[in-house]
Amino acid sequence: MDGTTATLFQFVLRRALQAIPLLLGVVVVNFVIIHLAPGNPIDILVGDFPAPPEYVARLSRDFGLDRPLWEQLFLYFGRLVQGDLGFSFANRQPVLGVILDRLPATLLLSGTALVLAAVLGVALGVLSSRRPYSILDNFTSVLSLVGFSMPVFWLGQLLIMGFALELRWFPAQGMVSLRADPSGWGRMLSIAAHLILPALALSVRFLALNSRISRASMLEILRQEYIVTARAKGLSEGRIVYIHALRNSMLPIVTVIGFNFGFLLAGSALVETVFAWPGIGRLLYDSITSRDYPVIMGIFLAVCAGIIIVNLLTDIAYAYLDPRVKL
Amino acid sequence: MRSFARRFLRNLPAAAGAAWVLGMILVCALVPWLAASDPLRVGGDAFAPPGAAYWFGTDNQGRDIWSGILHGAQVSLAVGFLAAITSSSIGVAVGAAAGFHGGWVDSFLMRVTELFQIMPRFFLALIIISLFGAGIGKVIFVIGVLSWPPTARLIRAEFLTLKHRDFIEAARATGIGDLTLCFRQILPNAMAPAVVAGSLDIAQAILLEASLSFFGLGDPNLISWGTMLYNAQGYLRQGWWLSIFPGAAIFLAVLAFNLVGDGINEALNPRLRESQG
Repeated sequence: MDGTTATLFQFVLRRALQAIPLLLGVVVVNFVIIHLAPGNPIDILVGDFPAPPEYVARLSRDFGLDRPLWEQLFLYFGRLVQGDLGFSFANRQPVLGVILDRLPATLLLSGTALVLAAVLGVALGVLSSRRPYSILDNFTSVLSLVGFSMPVFWLGQLLIMGFALELRWFPAQGMVSLRADPSGWGRMLSIAAHLILPALALSVRFLALNSRISRASMLEILRQEYIVTARAKGLSEGRIVYIHALRNSMLPIVTVIGFNFGFLLAGSALVETVFAWPGIGRLLYDSITSRDYPVIMGIFLAVCAGIIIVNLLTDIAYAYLDPRVKL
Repeated sequence: MRSFARRFLRNLPAAAGAAWVLGMILVCALVPWLAASDPLRVGGDAFAPPGAAYWFGTDNQGRDIWSGILHGAQVSLAVGFLAAITSSSIGVAVGAAAGFHGGWVDSFLMRVTELFQIMPRFFLALIIISLFGAGIGKVIFVIGVLSWPPTARLIRAEFLTLKHRDFIEAARATGIGDLTLCFRQILPNAMAPAVVAGSLDIAQAILLEASLSFFGLGDPNLISWGTMLYNAQGYLRQGWWLSIFPGAAIFLAVLAFNLVGDGINEALNPRLRESQG
């Protein structure tokens, strides 16, 4: 192992250790909410759906609800470490399984939205940085203002009314048509058609963010000395912009996407609700309606863990990509 | 101050945002005269399109949407302002304490700030409201308590640079107490970024309240724009006006506060505008 790899490894290890107190903090917050909520903690652990009394009795024993609070926290933590997030009677399945079943749909939706936002956002940002205050640049600034202020669920409703109900270009709701071929290309095409509108709705905020950031960082980089040198060397303008400048202006985009992961998941929950997309967000909505508390708490823990992990990966990616970052 | 106002008003989008905010405040004060009918009253005409009788039409239960928009403005503005005041107060207190004290106080407070920053506000607010029950007071409290970390970081950074300036050292040399030094000498010089963050917080709070209401967690006794969209979700086929008007109201309100925030920021730092272009 050479020196750079060793320091990178140390950096990763140090950052991973720093994430542990955050994870513990989130668990404690969850525990405190369960105990502060009105009514008995057991109601929250079981949910509103009728559960057999034997299960309720076993649960109070497992969680030590008659013991001191610190012991309860310890037991609660022990169960989480084993991946036990409780049982959902509304879904007749362990909570972890319920969440994992819905994960692919959410990943497909938010992944598509991120790719869309990255490609279009960077393209808009770079093109408008080439000609500040041009028509395209003004369009980009207006778009970024709109993207920041538009409630994503209203945008979803507008897209449904315009492109699904009025023009009938795309389906309004769901993930796959019931008439579609249950396997193969028919199913894929049906999912793709269902995916376009929700992914578009979800991407707008990030498109706005990416175009703003990449425009600003391109403007900054194009003023730097090494670009002047490249120009002096007689390199073509296209080569300067797309090879030399763009590569370095990508760094802030990595950070922005990483640190806005929570927003992405929140947006996904709202968009899934509007489009009846069968992901974790729709599950959250249904669980709130049926007061299925174990699932709600489980989703919160899963989302927090996801955010902490993505932040960690962002830091590592940034350190890896930018040699100036001190490891 | 004069030149600040001039710079702010010369920025057309910011002036338009400020005008819209003032308009909303005025409308909220005049609701009893502008919207005579009770927005929650179930009427005879369901799905009446916008027209002379009902300016913005009626919903599935015949409720007047115009009246709902005006009453919803009161809810949105109350949540926006009160939540932003709550979060700014917490943020200023935490940031000032961390930046002024330094040492272990600073590290401890910054760890707490990090924890609050990492927890997704929307999901946490959803859990708390769904467990503790809906109500506008709880919504304001929850949004306020979950939105302070950016302000705390800004104020901390200002304190860190300000506390070693000569005029602070001079003030300290006169023998005034720490609290006086904090509040009378340092804080007034650190407020500018907090004011900008505060007006952007209002926009975010309005958006968050609407999102919670869209999940069906709005105050059941009040009409709010998010609740109207939650209701419209089931009737997109029957009437576009159920969704268009409340959605546009949220969008314009959030946009206005964002424009005002950006405008204040640019008026305080005139060089910002040039460096961006």
